[in-house]
Amino acid sequence: MNRLLDFLSRENSSGAARKLVKSVGVSVAAFSIFLMLWSALAAQVQTSLGVLPGPAKVWEQAIVLVDEHKVERGKEAAFMARQEVRNAEKLAKNPDAEVKIRPYTGKATFFDQILTSLLTVATGFLIASLVAIPIGIATGMSQTLYAAFNPIIQLFKPVSPLAWLPIVTMVVSAVYVSKDPLFAKSFLTSAITVTLCCLWPTIINTAVGVSSVDKDLLNVGRVLRLPWLTRTIKIVLPSSIPMMFTGLRLSLGIGWMVLIAAEMLAQNPGLGKFVWDEFQNGSSNSLARIMVAVLVIGLLGFALDRGMLMLQRKFSWDKSAALR
Amino acid sequence: MKDQQFSKPRRTFLKTATLALSISMGLGLSAPGTSYAEVGEPEKEDLKFGFIKLTDMAPLAIAYEKGYFEDEGLYVTLEAQANWKVLLDGVIDGQLDGAHMLAGQPLAATIGFGTKAHIITPLSMDLNGNGITVSNDIWEQMKPNVPKMKDGRPQHPIKADYLKPVVEKYKADGKPFKMGMVFPVSTHNYELRYWLAAGGINPGYYAPDKGDISGQLQADVLLSVTPPPQMPSTMEAGTIYGYCVGEPWNQQAVFKGIGVPVITDYEIWKDNPEKVFGMTKEFTEKYPNTTVRVVKAMLRAAMWLDADNNANRPAAVKYLSQPNYVGADYDVIANSMTGTFEYEKGDKREVPDFNVFFRYNATYPYYSDAIWYLSQMRRWGQIAEQKPDSWYFETAKKVYRPDIYEKAAKELIAEGKMKAADFPDFASEDGFREPQTEFIDGITYDGKKPNAYLESLPIGLKGKDKI
Repeated sequence: MNRLLDFLSRENSSGAARKLVKSVGVSVAAFSIFLMLWSALAAQVQTSLGVLPGPAKVWEQAIVLVDEHKVERGKEAAFMARQEVRNAEKLAKNPDAEVKIRPYTGKATFFDQILTSLLTVATGFLIASLVAIPIGIATGMSQTLYAAFNPIIQLFKPVSPLAWLPIVTMVVSAVYVSKDPLFAKSFLTSAITVTLCCLWPTIINTAVGVSSVDKDLLNVGRVLRLPWLTRTIKIVLPSSIPMMFTGLRLSLGIGWMVLIAAEMLAQNPGLGKFVWDEFQNGSSNSLARIMVAVLVIGLLGFALDRGMLMLQRKFSWDKSAALR
Repeated sequence: MKDQQFSKPRRTFLKTATLALSISMGLGLSAPGTSYAEVGEPEKEDLKFGFIKLTDMAPLAIAYEKGYFEDEGLYVTLEAQANWKVLLDGVIDGQLDGAHMLAGQPLAATIGFGTKAHIITPLSMDLNGNGITVSNDIWEQMKPNVPKMKDGRPQHPIKADYLKPVVEKYKADGKPFKMGMVFPVSTHNYELRYWLAAGGINPGYYAPDKGDISGQLQADVLLSVTPPPQMPSTMEAGTIYGYCVGEPWNQQAVFKGIGVPVITDYEIWKDNPEKVFGMTKEFTEKYPNTTVRVVKAMLRAAMWLDADNNANRPAAVKYLSQPNYVGADYDVIANSMTGTFEYEKGDKREVPDFNVFFRYNATYPYYSDAIWYLSQMRRWGQIAEQKPDSWYFETAKKVYRPDIYEKAAKELIAEGKMKAADFPDFASEDGFREPQTEFIDGITYDGKKPNAYLESLPIGLKGKDKI
């Protein structure tokens, strides 16, 4: 393997390409070793649901999940067609009858669950960011506000968001009462739980970023007699952006992890429920299906983080800073 | 206090008289000849029903998959629930429009043991379908006591008498003997208790008036609640030594090699009523057409499940093994659904009536079934005080609603989808089954005499007994 890499790298005259090939090669090699180890070790573990699935079995179930999704979409189309026929019949019998087309009532597939989870985490994260960034800036700029908020932040920061879950569930079901709700209660419960745990890293990091703005820059602002708002927008925000994004990335990472746990616990739709349902089913394919979910959760978490990193690159004024 | 004692017998007499009158005349008057009105359009078309991952939720899955709900103009979403309490709360607070329920749940909710709410049941969902499983370790200790057949296999039914020495040994060692059941008012709780008590083991009493709802007072065996799908893993973890649960969770233990089913409820009480379909009274009053249509769809599903001597069962098992319904392996579910039951690994026996959905009037909501559950609630102290027979009749009438069932059945007959012979004779049916004689301990149950029945049971509260 190494010799092959060496050979490849000698062929490439440019140093950058060599570096790239090397890093890709190392990643691929490490991943293959991981797969081999997984496949060898999993075969040794005998559970009451059969042998722990290896990569091949997991891949097989991934395909099954895709097929199930396709079948379900086909059923959905048939369901919609039946509805239209039935509605037409109803109207023919009684022209004043109220008819409507309702969404599909069948099961949510794996991919539906992924979408639900992504939507939930996005909502929760967005709310958290909208609340946390202003608070972070305010506390970073004012010592008094910092002193006021700090105890509260320190008190709630270490609380596991799952401890909030029962309270959130009860509050949502008591407060959110409407005849034709825009969102499902379960969606709100999950999203708010995510919000609660996304708040703290963003607030703290933003505050630190804002309070550690270079004093020289602030002094320049004072010398130029910039008004408060301009000073904030032109000096404070740009220089605190790296820290702010560190906080946001941390938040999103935690939010994603918490969401899966919350969905499992509260039986709210999403990937967590998928995992829990499969665990409960205890079929011989359950473990493989759960592993598919685990890998997808990992991949999506990774993708979310990369997405934030890209945003950070876009917004950051210091393009030279190494980001990883 | 004195006042009450004075007036009670008179009131009781009046109640009994009115009730007897209404039972004997009410149904008879309304039956044939009355003008038959077609059920109108459903008032509510989008419905959400809850279920627990057990094979006896099959009528719901079939009514959905076969399009019977849609034929009635109903668009139903089926949603698995985490446990029986979540399911009941869902129905009570309206998140669910109805659910697959334990027969005891509507009764207990209506009389206020646990969450109080008036829940009714327009049809029963099935007969039998449960089993009692013990862990491998307990089975090894029990097995020497069990009489053998000529071929060396254990003689069935296995009575709790053979478990008794094991329980006594645990007791002597100061170790509590723990078993799981699925809910305090579940059929499983009463069946497990019946089996244990028939073998001379006291399963313990409840005393709700003293705030004790653990059901472990004076117990030889401590029973506790575990959700059905978690039974096998809880037993594997050693938290409980055995359990009583519906399928496929007994067969799952055999497949996983962690336990041995010792008896099915069919052997404890032949053709015992099992799950019911529960809805709030409020719902049925607000949406009467919807209610009747739901019952119609489920009756068709039940008939399909039992049609042609269980010919459709393999197809049903296929639906049930989908992850969104029961989700266990096809083979595990098929074992009990297709008429066999595997006890010890390899010891497969024929139990053709293990799951009955339609035969023997399985769907008819008999008052006598309700009264048996009420009698067991009294027997184990969930009903703390003695109640007159009339109370049992009244409560059963409040919860079990053969009138709705009858409407749905007549509609199906008129549409030509079913025959009158598929149902009890509505003109003469009084809602009481013939006295039931096939209990494991040979004691006869007559639904018309609940207090006398309680007197005939050896272990348990009776008469004025209080804990």
